[in-house]
Amino acid sequence: MKRVSIKEEACIGCGLCQVYCTIEHSKSKDPIKAYLKEYPKPVSRVRIETNKPNSISIRCQHCKDTPCVAACLTGAMTKDKETGQVTHDKEKCIGCWTCVMVCPYGAVKPDSSGKIIAKCDLCPDREIPACVANCPNEALICEEVEQ
Amino acid sequence: MTKYVIIGGSAGGIGAVEAIREEDTKGTITVISEEKVPQYSRPMISEYVSKEATLDNMKYRDDQFWKKNNVKVLNGITAKKIDFTTKQVEIDNGDKIDYDKLLIATGGKPFVPRMEGVEKKGVFTFTELSSAEDIESSVGQSKNAIVIGGGLIGVSVSEALVKREINVTLVELKDNILNLILDKTASEIAENVIANNGVTIITGKTVQRIIGRKDDPTKVGGVIMTDNEEIPCELVIVAIGVIPRTELVKDTPLKTNRGIVVDRFMRTNIPDIFACGDVAEAYDFLIDKNRLLPLWPLAYLGGRVAGFNMTGKKIEYEGGTIMSSLKYFDLPIVAVGYINPQNMSGYDELVELKPEKTIYKKILLKNNVIVGFIFLGEIEKAGILFRLLKNHVDISEIKDNLLSEDFGIVTLPQNVRQEMFVVN
Repeated sequence: MKRVSIKEEACIGCGLCQVYCTIEHSKSKDPIKAYLKEYPKPVSRVRIETNKPNSISIRCQHCKDTPCVAACLTGAMTKDKETGQVTHDKEKCIGCWTCVMVCPYGAVKPDSSGKIIAKCDLCPDREIPACVANCPNEALICEEVEQ
Repeated sequence: MTKYVIIGGSAGGIGAVEAIREEDTKGTITVISEEKVPQYSRPMISEYVSKEATLDNMKYRDDQFWKKNNVKVLNGITAKKIDFTTKQVEIDNGDKIDYDKLLIATGGKPFVPRMEGVEKKGVFTFTELSSAEDIESSVGQSKNAIVIGGGLIGVSVSEALVKREINVTLVELKDNILNLILDKTASEIAENVIANNGVTIITGKTVQRIIGRKDDPTKVGGVIMTDNEEIPCELVIVAIGVIPRTELVKDTPLKTNRGIVVDRFMRTNIPDIFACGDVAEAYDFLIDKNRLLPLWPLAYLGGRVAGFNMTGKKIEYEGGTIMSSLKYFDLPIVAVGYINPQNMSGYDELVELKPEKTIYKKILLKNNVIVGFIFLGEIEKAGILFRLLKNHVDISEIKDNLLSEDFGIVTLPQNVRQEMFVVN
């Protein structure tokens, strides 16, 4: 199973992971348009947290035990048996926020429309997720872990 | 080959089917359901009435679910009796179905008080698809609705009806709506938002009786309030609460309190019989006791645990507690645990209120452990607190930080943080 892990000691809290995540999940994939012109505004599925001198970059961990999937009211959140990835069906999501309530990482959040949730999808169009590819200090690693 | 029988095909029954099939692909599974299409999401019936969802996207599991899991579903069938000695379930056509392991997941039913006029056409409840369909068929001819009960169901149906341009009056006997899950401040903010979206809210009184139309007394024409005020309406929705559907095991040796009593493995007092969901009194991790907790996610989780234990794989139910996430008229709220202590002695409270941004946060602590919290308006980090509450984590080290902007995984105590980043 693929997931993004973080080397806490290498994270400098620059926030580029958030920026690249936002752009990757925009329609235009263009930084200016993504930040200023698109509606609903694309949101980062990564959150930089800082508590000086520490910082970490948080996103969905595609947990083995998946409280978000168990809690989902509509069946929108599922864990793929093959890839282990936790995915989210936008068409089925009603934005009830039950998954938000139970995610221990706070890694599921309402998107900017306030109607559905947004979470890390491991960048399906890329070999390496955008946050990992663009981390200047190699604090993020895309690794295969046992399910 | 084990014969599994499950009474009820909603969240609990589905959770059990999934768990059983993870462990046992050979045993036979029979699901007895009163519904025609059991696998829909009950919480979505308000989306159905508001026309934000169709029957098709209300499916909690797809149409192939039963077939894929090799389940025999008896639709539109009611279980009438359980014979504990011969291990059989009798259904309404008189047939008897043998079981080795039985799960009772019959759910809850709406509580309808004895009230004059409650039998009139136009009076509905709101817990299942058929009630939503009945309401749907009356919406066209209705202009005004009274919703009795300001809890989760009452507010949901009010929102749905307002979106269908019905004039809705929501009636709550207590001083505030949602009073079982929110405190006064949060409730008042929610009331404002709901009222601004067109729902008339009346608190502190309720409906005394339902009256008929002048031209047709069998149909709803209005209600008389406890202070004798008369409010005309064509629709009345009774949303006072749900009670466990225990009638199947009434006057039997199967132990019930308000619901069917189960242990941490979802076992009843009778061997090979399990129960879960709204019909069961299961474990609450906050109060360390069993109680009724009629919540969809807990029904599913309890069903899963029951399913595993039915196959012989011993899995303990971690429990639930009062936990609600709300989205009425796009106001996000997460409220968990104990919010309204009768007196504050022994409790500590952290509060942040920014009315201009519609943000309110409150955390209730006892001996430096979180026992309840409300996040209103800004909910992204609610799950982090939920975990601290559930695991009874001592937060004295980070108390001052819990409501700050910086709060997050990074500010958790080192030991708590570390265990989160091992592969789980």
